[in-house]
Amino acid sequence: MSETLLKTIFGRLTLDSFPIHEPILVGTFAAVAFGGAVVLGALTYFKLWGYLWKEWFTTVDHKRIGIMYMILGIIMLLRGFADALMMRAQQAMAFGANEGFLPAHHYDQVFTAHGVIMIFFVAMPFVTGLMNYVVPLQIGARDVSFPFLNNFSFWMTVSGAVIVMASLFVGEFARTGWLAMAPLSGLDYSPDVGVDYYIWALQIAGVGTLLSGVNLLATIIKMRAPGMTLMKMPVFVWTALATNTLIVAAFPILTAVLAMLSLDRYIGTNFFTNTGGGNPMMYVNMIWIWGHPEVYILILPLFGVFSEITSTFSSKRIFGYTSMVYAILVITILAYLVWLHHFFTMGSGASVNSFFGITTMIISIPTGAKIFNWLFTMYKGRIRFELPMMWTIAFMITFVIGGMTGVLLAVPPADFVLHNSLFLIAHFHNVIIGGVVFGTFAAINYWFPKAFGFKLDKFWGTVSFWCWTLGFYVAFMPLYVLGLMGVTRRLRHFDDPSLQIWFIIAALGALMIAAGIGAMLVQFWVSFRNREALRDTTGDPWGGRTLEWATSSPPPDYNFAFTPVVHDLDAWYDMKARGAERPTEGFRAIHMPRYTGAGVILAGCATVFGLAMIWYIWWLAALSFVGLLAVAIGHTFNYDRDYYIPVEEVIETENARTKALAAGA
Amino acid sequence: MSSATIPPGAEAPIFYETDEHHHEAGGSTMLGFWLYLMSDCLIFAMLFAAYGVYGGSYAGGPDQRELFELPLVAVNTAMLLFSSITYGFAMIAMDENRKGATQAWLAVTGLFGLAFLGIELYEFSNLIHEGAGPWRSAFLSAFFTLVGTHGLHVTFGIIWLVTLMVQVGRKGLIPDNKRRLQCLSLFWHFLDVIWIGVFTFVYLLGVLR
Amino acid sequence: MVVMNPAGDVARQQADLILWSTGLMLIIIIPVIALTVLFAWKYRASNTEAEYRPDWDHSTGLELVIWAMPLLIVIALGALTWLATHTLDPYRPLTRVAPGEPVTPATKPLVVEVVSMDWKWLFLYPEQGIATVNQLVVPVNRPVQFKMTSSSVMNTFYVPAMAGMIYTMPGMETQLHAVLNKTGTFEGKSANYSGAGFSYMNFPTRSVTEAQFGEWVESIRRQPDRLSTDRYLELEKPSERVPAMGFNAVQPGLWDKILGMCVKPGTPCMQDAMAKDMHRGAHAPVSNRPPVDKPDGALFKAPEDKKGGENRGAPIETPAGSQDRGGEKNRSFSAIDHSTLPGVPGRSSAAAGA
Repeated sequence: MSETLLKTIFGRLTLDSFPIHEPILVGTFAAVAFGGAVVLGALTYFKLWGYLWKEWFTTVDHKRIGIMYMILGIIMLLRGFADALMMRAQQAMAFGANEGFLPAHHYDQVFTAHGVIMIFFVAMPFVTGLMNYVVPLQIGARDVSFPFLNNFSFWMTVSGAVIVMASLFVGEFARTGWLAMAPLSGLDYSPDVGVDYYIWALQIAGVGTLLSGVNLLATIIKMRAPGMTLMKMPVFVWTALATNTLIVAAFPILTAVLAMLSLDRYIGTNFFTNTGGGNPMMYVNMIWIWGHPEVYILILPLFGVFSEITSTFSSKRIFGYTSMVYAILVITILAYLVWLHHFFTMGSGASVNSFFGITTMIISIPTGAKIFNWLFTMYKGRIRFELPMMWTIAFMITFVIGGMTGVLLAVPPADFVLHNSLFLIAHFHNVIIGGVVFGTFAAINYWFPKAFGFKLDKFWGTVSFWCWTLGFYVAFMPLYVLGLMGVTRRLRHFDDPSLQIWFIIAALGALMIAAGIGAMLVQFWVSFRNREALRDTTGDPWGGRTLEWATSSPPPDYNFAFTPVVHDLDAWYDMKARGAERPTEGFRAIHMPRYTGAGVILAGCATVFGLAMIWYIWWLAALSFVGLLAVAIGHTFNYDRDYYIPVEEVIETENARTKALAAGA
Repeated sequence: MSSATIPPGAEAPIFYETDEHHHEAGGSTMLGFWLYLMSDCLIFAMLFAAYGVYGGSYAGGPDQRELFELPLVAVNTAMLLFSSITYGFAMIAMDENRKGATQAWLAVTGLFGLAFLGIELYEFSNLIHEGAGPWRSAFLSAFFTLVGTHGLHVTFGIIWLVTLMVQVGRKGLIPDNKRRLQCLSLFWHFLDVIWIGVFTFVYLLGVLR
Repeated sequence: MVVMNPAGDVARQQADLILWSTGLMLIIIIPVIALTVLFAWKYRASNTEAEYRPDWDHSTGLELVIWAMPLLIVIALGALTWLATHTLDPYRPLTRVAPGEPVTPATKPLVVEVVSMDWKWLFLYPEQGIATVNQLVVPVNRPVQFKMTSSSVMNTFYVPAMAGMIYTMPGMETQLHAVLNKTGTFEGKSANYSGAGFSYMNFPTRSVTEAQFGEWVESIRRQPDRLSTDRYLELEKPSERVPAMGFNAVQPGLWDKILGMCVKPGTPCMQDAMAKDMHRGAHAPVSNRPPVDKPDGALFKAPEDKKGGENRGAPIETPAGSQDRGGEKNRSFSAIDHSTLPGVPGRSSAAAGA
């Protein structure tokens, strides 16, 4: 076959795109293929495909979608963390004549993939999953406003993750850093598939995230239980409201800037080129106008989680609810006024730099207010040190250190010596791990019994906690020191041997964190095996204060047989305190949305489209795009979207709960 | 906030809604669509910002005065504005449950939309043939992207319109279809507003530079 | 820790700023951490002696303190920030050489023009008429004005001992004013990732006495090489771990051409296109010259030209070890030498990279 014909059919995909002679990749592929074969084989052997498709893949139930997001996050955490271990190993050994084991070509992909995966495919799914699971329950609703859209959003996120994972074995990933700055990411300097993988993975996942934002915003505004005014919402719902506002207002910017980069690469436009009037500084500005709200999207829900946990495990109302709410709103607004602090060194002039530095410092005021409010919730409470509370204490100490170094970096002249240094790396890992990761683990331990009906094993959870917490300090405090020694980021080789000891300590910390992750996986396994001993029969294992604890564990599909009526903040605590009686009769048939496979199929088409665009297979791109449209339009011809859960089923479910409550009393 | 105290003599509070009124289906749809539309508006805002930054970067190539043919743009604008009016008539007919009239006005809207797209494609192909394609300079990149993105939205709007005409034809003006027509109405008028921004800031102010 | 014990006055002031800011913030941070530990301990559930007030959730006085204390610290820090940012603005010429030693009208700053390239640094000394690659030498206690640009992608010019960093961007000129107050050799690097050879973009920065500086300039003038246009174009090609070089003379007008991205004869210059466009009422466009040397967008590539899908772990033909773009040693996926694997044909048996 002529080369032209081959290239027309396969684009730039060739046999050379597969790393068949590369030992590290062949080994990884073999491991993944083997593990995948085991999983797929087991699913087939136990005849679980039907179950998976009918009950999970096609679900529009926010609870199941939430759980699937969390599973996605955990799987991608393993990949992102593998990248971290590789970087720590390389940096611990590559001194002087020793080049390490990762040449630049590989190392540069590892650090890019690490950042992209951790932010977009670990942290975002965790945060989205938590909000998806908890918000409808906390507002007393049966589901989100747009259940099908919820399913579609999830699968679009998975599509992005699949595209990123594909880059590991077919072609290569971007070598630009996680934000793919221009002009390095333009066609002149990165002509290969890597940046295209980056663009399409993020664009597709970004559609999912944006729609999820619209969905949760509409849910919180429209679907609260009667009596739940805004100022009676749980703090977590307030943070979800703020986060989804940030998502709807920030993600379109990412869409626009990546679209402009795509146009540069596919059509040859001049947005971010070095010529033709292009302006790479525009890329830097636009990507950070998205990028800064993004980090608040990541942390705000976890602030809400900490509010819930502190209040519940101190057996006390949250201190300063009103000021908590105002702090959240102020943080949300200020999140849009600080983006330039990511590039003080781009030469903006002193007045502009000072303005953004000062606004950045101002954000620390409401954040500090929240920390104090958590502290004073603990004050004169009765604190139970279950795992969620342990993670919260670790967060409070760790996050404030990270916040302090952040305000330090917000002083432009200080930033001039610390920008892009390991001090910066230590800072953002400090706040992301201390805030987002610790918060996610707190949330998982907190809401796991609600989702699955049994608690997580406390011993292995404690092991995981200490490995993570101590491991974090051992891994990242040396990086602060290295930053002050003038070491900058993304380097794979060093000449100064006095630095090596710090890198070795950091690598040891990474190994401790690896142990923490391992312990967490063991925790899941052990808890599953001992689930009867850890069973939660009441639905309220922690003495909760918000409405999700009013349901069984796990809740029925419809969440609440009767919509609760809310009279006060901490609605469930209020109900318990005033002796509210759960109705045991008078049930009705409940209106529910149907499950559908359209979301999976649409995301599948999107994945094919993305891959076709990456590999320049134009005919396949056109075909899959038409397919996408056809399926989307076809789906709208289906008007039969809902059904009623028959009243007999409701009665049966509720009677079972009545019995369980009586037995547990 | 301290817990509310029940005044003596008042009834015990109700904690569960035992006789629920049925939530109307699609109660959140308009809000959800507005939220999506505002996010779309932000994309356009970024494209306008890009045009603001790049609007003077001609890279030695042609500028607005050399390229824009205002009479053609005026006809184009008229097509889009007329299409908005006819969509409005379609909505009035929909409110009065007149299916035939609705369909007719929708069809006229679609035709005006197609005329708009046709003229725009003609303008683009002329520019490209004159050597003023989006790859010539950053100004042209920003121009083609802003106007092109708007045109793409109009294209999807027309596809949506045809789909809805088929669905109204088959199922009539049921509540689901009315809701969809209302969403498309928002979308269509939104595109109209964006176009007013485009032809003011890009075309009119462009030739005044 | 060089950032806290630098050799330059600007860096010294920046280090002081770090200390002051940290101190101001520790006023809040230390009590917060202490209270966290204290409250967690005192109010643990097993301590039944501690007072338990489950409904205490509000205190206006406390709220006032909670919001006001950080606000006061931020006001102090903000004022410090405003003043320091203006004083230490990299574009601002130095007003002092060291504490107590102001710049006099007699002090003439040394001008160094800096070009960050793929993956080395070019330094032009316009007054002395010489140029160097990967070595920067400046006289001690004399202010230096750096004018910087890039020949390809964004980098940052960073000498931790001397001053803060600033981006170098193609087609644009950034500036940094700094001074070194001690003699010695200090590390210089790029702090913005710019591609495969990024880790080796180091340059020693030497601070010497005026006399030694004069000698060094002379030694460079005795180098055989001249930085002509051709030599520059050759230098511009990607290369890594470039040894230090010196050029005895520089093509006149080279800096302006580098800034205008038109060193290659026949490419239009930014400055010319800008002059024409400013005429048309344009405002400060960047990189504003006709895109004659830009690669085609992907959609316009003929099928035979679709490239970039190769995985570098696949077998590659060229021998390892060379330093130009064809060199594959740093392009392969691991440092394992493929020739040592069975069944890989046609590779040299050179030792694996180590």
